[in-house]
Amino acid sequence: MTKSYDVIVIGAGHNGLVTAAYLAKAGRKVLVLERREIVGGAAVTEEVFPGFKFDTLAHFASLRPEIARDLGVNVDYVGGASGVFTPLPDGGHLLLDNGRSAESIGKFSKSDAEKYPKFIALMKRFAAFLAEAQAMAPPHAPNPQAGELLPLAGLGLKLKGLGDKDMIDLLRALPVSVAELLDDWFETDALKGTLGAQGIIGLTQGPMAAGTSYVMLHHLALQNGLTHSGVVRGGIGKLTEALAGAAKGFGAEIRTGAEVAQIAVKDDRATGVVLASGEEIAAKIVVSNADPRRTFIGLVGAINLDTDFVRSVCNIKYRGASAKVNLALDGLPQLSGVSGDSHLRGRISVSPSLIYLEKAYDDAKYGGVSQKPYLEVAIPSIADPSLAPTGNHVMSIYAQYAPYHLKGGWNDRKREELGRRVVETLSEYAASLPSLILHSQVLTPLDLENTYDLTEGNANHGEMMLDQLFVMRPVPGWAQYRTPVDGLYLCGAGTHPGGGVSGLPGRNAAREILKDARGNA
Amino acid sequence: MLRGTPFHPRTSALCEGHNWRRWAGYITAGSYELMHEREYWAVRNSAALFDVSPLHKYLITGPDAERLVNRVVTRDVSKCAVNQVMYTPWCDARGKMIDDGTVSRLDEKTFRVTSADPSYRWFHDNAIGLKAKIDDVSDSVAALALQGPNAREILEAVSDAKLDGLKYFRLTHAQIGNVPVTITRTGYTGDLGYEIWADAQNAVPLWDTLIEGGRPYGITPAGILALDIARVEAGLILIEVDYVSAEHARIVAQTSTPFELSLGWTVSLDKGRFNGHKALREEKQRGPAWQFVGIEIDWASLEALYAEVNLPPQLPTTTVRESRPLYAEDRQVGYASSSCWSPLLKKYIALAHLESPYALPGTPVTMEVTVEHQRKQAAAKVVRTPFFEPERKRT
Repeated sequence: MTKSYDVIVIGAGHNGLVTAAYLAKAGRKVLVLERREIVGGAAVTEEVFPGFKFDTLAHFASLRPEIARDLGVNVDYVGGASGVFTPLPDGGHLLLDNGRSAESIGKFSKSDAEKYPKFIALMKRFAAFLAEAQAMAPPHAPNPQAGELLPLAGLGLKLKGLGDKDMIDLLRALPVSVAELLDDWFETDALKGTLGAQGIIGLTQGPMAAGTSYVMLHHLALQNGLTHSGVVRGGIGKLTEALAGAAKGFGAEIRTGAEVAQIAVKDDRATGVVLASGEEIAAKIVVSNADPRRTFIGLVGAINLDTDFVRSVCNIKYRGASAKVNLALDGLPQLSGVSGDSHLRGRISVSPSLIYLEKAYDDAKYGGVSQKPYLEVAIPSIADPSLAPTGNHVMSIYAQYAPYHLKGGWNDRKREELGRRVVETLSEYAASLPSLILHSQVLTPLDLENTYDLTEGNANHGEMMLDQLFVMRPVPGWAQYRTPVDGLYLCGAGTHPGGGVSGLPGRNAAREILKDARGNA
Repeated sequence: MLRGTPFHPRTSALCEGHNWRRWAGYITAGSYELMHEREYWAVRNSAALFDVSPLHKYLITGPDAERLVNRVVTRDVSKCAVNQVMYTPWCDARGKMIDDGTVSRLDEKTFRVTSADPSYRWFHDNAIGLKAKIDDVSDSVAALALQGPNAREILEAVSDAKLDGLKYFRLTHAQIGNVPVTITRTGYTGDLGYEIWADAQNAVPLWDTLIEGGRPYGITPAGILALDIARVEAGLILIEVDYVSAEHARIVAQTSTPFELSLGWTVSLDKGRFNGHKALREEKQRGPAWQFVGIEIDWASLEALYAEVNLPPQLPTTTVRESRPLYAEDRQVGYASSSCWSPLLKKYIALAHLESPYALPGTPVTMEVTVEHQRKQAAAKVVRTPFFEPERKRT
């Protein structure tokens, strides 16, 4: 052992950096080890092609304001990039944007236009309740410990505070499919498709699957609503750079190009890490920002864990379903039926109906790529020209479904085919797109696994369905960021409340780590 | 559907009483004759031949085979030499027993494990991250147990094995007739005995050679009922009778740890991490709440209870697999899980769970007996097991 630290954080993803910053702020001697040459994990901005900077993976950030405040992180969100634009095959479109939504919906249905504000208000109340639950460490189930009762009671009061009607509506909204929930409210296909897409992001499930309604609520809560602007000026990498800066400012050390090969365990206690280079670094506490399977099976080793625990870790559903396509464009594509770029500054959602989304899933159900995938598109260079050479643009596309477990497996030909299918799908709404493409990068779930170390290419570090959330995230019995290995903690998206660039798992983990330290003092 | 074992063509012809018992999806003879008595006496006086093919058997191979087995079982198999056999329990993370069986080291990287319950999944889950392969050879390996004072002479007569040098819990490879076999000096009777492992396809010629060669020595096909008495005399536990597998237990109170079953000698706490190591270490430090002991029921006391109704003592003819409460100081302090009349020792004996403070040999207890539908308590005392341990078992 060469050096010794209080805490080693494995992985400089945004959650790892948040944990590191909080712990360093609390006076701990912290070392962050990052395998890649840049910090940020899945929230990075990379110059993939000369002059073109992409948010290679995550492209919308929603760092909790209280975390930004605690850590003194200032992130410049691009203004006027808040709406959701849904182009339709007949040349029409739907635009959901603060103030303009009702007008746009009204072109389809007067009734929906009236109901929409009520729906959003209700979702906001639900989201506020969920946000409360997301900010706390889940209690032990089925028997909460003494210290957990008060926060739980507080949560119960919040639920009660929703009022009888809202409470019942919320309880009903949890288990149903997002399609059922939306069908209860609306008749406009494009509206339901666009809202419903929030219920399937990152899942190998369609909008007609039970439990997807909760997923929509979860994302609305994590992102602070559907039309929140999450585009960071200079790219999302600026956010993680700022977090790294904050951590360093509090005294943390960050080493890139330092791949952890193994978490050293002695007598059921983590004692440090061993790098791929063979270097050993000791620490009192090891915190892993890697996903649970990568952490336990890859770094700790099944032999060091109880069999039933290993079984539950191996049973975590990952099955990444999304691909990322990054396009360097020679100019801005025109979407049919609209002129100018104001509509294109937020997110563009190819989600004309719930049926469209379900059909996209049908292909994936049997191991195929969607013939017509759901797409979430951002063109951040409209508002932030620094991301591309003058007159050029970067387009960032989330495409679903591209299953990790593709029939026959992934290869170069299938990657190209996927890229082509995504471009073709989008071209139906933007005919000029193919002629504008200068370069394209296609990341299949397998690429995400290989490049970003995301098990099965799941950016959420585990599918975010009800059975893998809250007290069951990452596995039942271990939802408090602690692990069966003493001194080893998890702080990534595989823990409560899950994926998304919120920083919450990292902050919650740091809080539990400090709680344990006080208990031992 | 229940199946016959590889020896079924022979055993079915012999099973006069059609007293078939279920065992792990197979049918095996409870006794071949109408009563099991002669088969029992063969174990102690000549040689009994048991068909033990229904045992689950797994072949574990690969560079990490030793690590895998050591992760699962409580004994330290790194100390198991090639051609050695170890009896061992295995536990879950709470240290609660899942099963028990034998581990034979066939070579440096090959083990054969026997178990009472299907164990493929458990070994498979334990093998995650290890370079080890698990083959379920339950159906392809036939097994016989030849048990009794004449067992060695019979095997020497029919095989090319040198058995004089084969120590207790060691194995050797040999030929019986034309059949290649592995012979382990193991058994479930506490007597001199061997178990013979062979390809299931060779089961019938193997049986025929043994029966023919063993005839001058009094070889006797024997069933489960005889075996069940012999194993109680030998103080050997039976799953789902003397303990409930942690896999099947519906409440924690039904489970047992190796320490509670007086199998502490099988727990190697110093071998590094294995399933249940933490819980077992803690239990060893505080001492187990239970012990597993022998009980001898006092004949005079039993006789007196039956005399009250003008009957001689009524004795079980087979091993009783039902719980019998044990008392001391006017409260229940345990229960007998297996009890039988030992024809050899002429004693009414039992294997019992007792709270540790009452488990010392010589401690007086009483056992509940039902005399003509009335619950009574017969005087008894704690004794050491095995009840019967002839020198020939090991020499």
